[in-house]
Amino acid sequence: MSGTGAGRRVLLQGNEAIVEGALAAGCRLFAGYPITPASEISELMSLRLPAVAGTFIQMEDEIASIGAVIGASLAGVKSLTATSGPGFSLMQENLGFACMAEVPCVIVNVMRGGASTGLPTSPAQGDVMQARWGTHGDHPIIVLAVSSVADSFEITVHAFNLAEKYRVPVIILSDEVVAHTRETFVLPGPDQVEVVDRMRPSVPPQWYKPYADNSRGVPAMAAMGDGYRHHVTGLIHDESGFPTQRGDEINALVRRQFRKITNGFFEIQMTRSFMMEGAQVAVIAYGSVARSAKRAVRMAREQGIDAGLLQLVTLFPFPRKDVDQVLRQCKAVIVPEMNMGQISREVKRVNRRCRIITYNRVDGQLITPEEIFEELGG
Amino acid sequence: MERIEQLRHTYLRHDKKFPHVWCPGCGNGIVLGSLIRAIDRLGLTQDEIVLASGIGCAGRMSVYADFNTLHATHGRALTFATGIKLARPELTLIAVMGDGDATGIGGNHFIHAARRNLNMTAIIINNQIYGMTGGQYSPTTPYGAHAATAVFGNLEHAFSIAELAVTAGASFVARGTVYHVPELDRLLEKGIAKNGFSVIEILSNCHTQFGRRNQMGDPVTMMRWLKEHAVPAVKAGDLAPESIEGKFTIGVLVDREKPDYLKEYERVRAEARQKAAEAKP
Amino acid sequence: MKENRYEIRIGGSGGQGVILMAVILAEAVGVYGGQFVCQTQSYGPEARGGKSKAEVVVSGTEIDYPKVIQMDLFLAMNQPSLDAYFYDFKPNGLLLVDSTFVEQIPTSRVIAIPFTRIARQEFKQEMVANMVALGALGHLCPQVRVEHLREALLARVPPHTRALNGDAFAAGLAAAQGVDLAALPHSIVSEEQGDEV
Repeated sequence: MSGTGAGRRVLLQGNEAIVEGALAAGCRLFAGYPITPASEISELMSLRLPAVAGTFIQMEDEIASIGAVIGASLAGVKSLTATSGPGFSLMQENLGFACMAEVPCVIVNVMRGGASTGLPTSPAQGDVMQARWGTHGDHPIIVLAVSSVADSFEITVHAFNLAEKYRVPVIILSDEVVAHTRETFVLPGPDQVEVVDRMRPSVPPQWYKPYADNSRGVPAMAAMGDGYRHHVTGLIHDESGFPTQRGDEINALVRRQFRKITNGFFEIQMTRSFMMEGAQVAVIAYGSVARSAKRAVRMAREQGIDAGLLQLVTLFPFPRKDVDQVLRQCKAVIVPEMNMGQISREVKRVNRRCRIITYNRVDGQLITPEEIFEELGG
Repeated sequence: MERIEQLRHTYLRHDKKFPHVWCPGCGNGIVLGSLIRAIDRLGLTQDEIVLASGIGCAGRMSVYADFNTLHATHGRALTFATGIKLARPELTLIAVMGDGDATGIGGNHFIHAARRNLNMTAIIINNQIYGMTGGQYSPTTPYGAHAATAVFGNLEHAFSIAELAVTAGASFVARGTVYHVPELDRLLEKGIAKNGFSVIEILSNCHTQFGRRNQMGDPVTMMRWLKEHAVPAVKAGDLAPESIEGKFTIGVLVDREKPDYLKEYERVRAEARQKAAEAKP
Repeated sequence: MKENRYEIRIGGSGGQGVILMAVILAEAVGVYGGQFVCQTQSYGPEARGGKSKAEVVVSGTEIDYPKVIQMDLFLAMNQPSLDAYFYDFKPNGLLLVDSTFVEQIPTSRVIAIPFTRIARQEFKQEMVANMVALGALGHLCPQVRVEHLREALLARVPPHTRALNGDAFAAGLAAAQGVDLAALPHSIVSEEQGDEV
């Protein structure tokens, strides 16, 4: 491996880059269960974590995996789990706990074809709505999509930072293409990436209210064992953390949990514009499909078609401000997805000022640039 | 009496948590009392104890006790506890569960936790019924017993929780009842002190949901049943098989030394550090 | 499209080391050569047997679509993979086959070298056929430098197999050095036309 400055130029798979990103972000516990196409994350974590005084554990299933991840985070250790569709389904229950108890953690879902066992070794994007709404009840959540090896590193760091800053579980949606594509990439040195940590209480233990509101809507979080004894529950609770059935307290909790994400919307909303200047027709895409879209847009521009791309990195909270601008600017928008139409519904919900064309592929193959190019009028 | 006042004052949470949700005469309170006395006798501080619980009547215990407490999802208390223990090995982990919680929905986690042998204590309050949801039959409801979903008698056969834990590999396994309280205190003390995965199954009374449907509608009748059906484990071997038919053993069933998971993991860390150092250019 | 995208596909059966070849090639071009590179593969549930396909896309600029669109170079290690993955071959692309297993060749623009036979005869190990092929690639693929490929190879394989793999690589290189690329027949479809397809 050749060194370039403080970073190293390396050839990594998307899954491996997620591990590097997690370690750089300060993740020190991984709990997981084997599943294709996410297992490389487990395997590499089992090798890397013990060397940095971290802990790897293979649990008995995905329910237990996310349980251990939540437990570790409650004890103050940043933690990660990684899975694919079937395992992600099993995680939904405890994912809701992490939302309710506001436990920062990161869950990677390397999407494969579904439903059910589906297509274990082929890519898909069918879990987008599950990532947003998979666990029951109203809950805040952040969902990010990666499209390359560099993304897999950077977005993973960012996912941990957002989780810590907002005390929410953050879901990273990768897919089989991104997960298994190897690309060269300059791996930053340990001190080159910004790392955000949760706010800890600055008051003495007897004054500590684990779910007290503040201007940001994100309460300070004490680690178990630090002397701030408190109660953590999946029940609706008051600001002391104890179960409540009082309407005013229920309302305060649920609305604060939504408010903290709304407050941070512009920081959380991440998109990338490509050739959008003067674009009359645009592609809105995410994950590996965004790469095909980028090429399709280049091809279209060469043919004199005023095409552009808005790549969504944040999927939820849905980046409606950026999407709104594109819908106002263009005559038509194409939303290609490796599913039967999921993000396209969110796009349509923003406004209907322009024609919105869905393009769907569910045969376990990545949508090609030519397919999108044709939709662009090429 | 003064001592009890003091324990109550030290270990129970005072504001907004009482009255508790349990029925008058419920065995859960006896278990909580026993647990507090055991912890007090072991001299552990409240800050170093994590009390995790699942869902159901037993699961509500965590809210009343003044430790680091966690009220997890149904059946998953041990998975959360595993994460906490791995992150902060110096903490003392105690998980309180019910029979349906630990051996129904959480059965898989229970046997694997026993196999893995992390140093923590699982307390399973076995009242042979799903109480909080209204008396449906559980994995420990006896064959033929009546429940809200076994109106014509239970067709399924009960798990024997302590024996299951022995087979699954727990380091320490004991069974007690809410009638034999001084012994329960000692069993909990031993279990918490044990380095390894400990299981204490506690037979308890749910006269409201189980008793009422099975001709034992009050706590005293159920306590009498526990008294009459418990056989000390140390004596069981000497008794004629027909005399212990339909009864259960109480006391320590297993107390054995197995490698502690976290101690083993230290070895993994040392090897991994060495391997990483060698790989550096 | 005036980018210098160069696309390579390697096909074989699971266990022939097709993916390892692609990884080493990608490392040579990307890490040692400093170019942009995307290496992908498709595979079935079986660890051994079945068809296996690995691809390497090389470019001087950032790569958008990570998979092969039209192959500049196709290395087929056996007949079934040649049959299955020969589609989207570029006019004037280069086909390289392991003639030990490939009998039916769909184009006359081909270089046939018996990689497996060389491995068997010179090293008594069929396993290193992929390294023999990699040696040949080092000579025939204009995108990679032989020394980069050799360096990447030696860094990837287990230390105790370095000598064997290095020798197999050299044997493949020697076998390919006799090939005259200029003597290959040319496609009557121009590359420009090919792009329009």
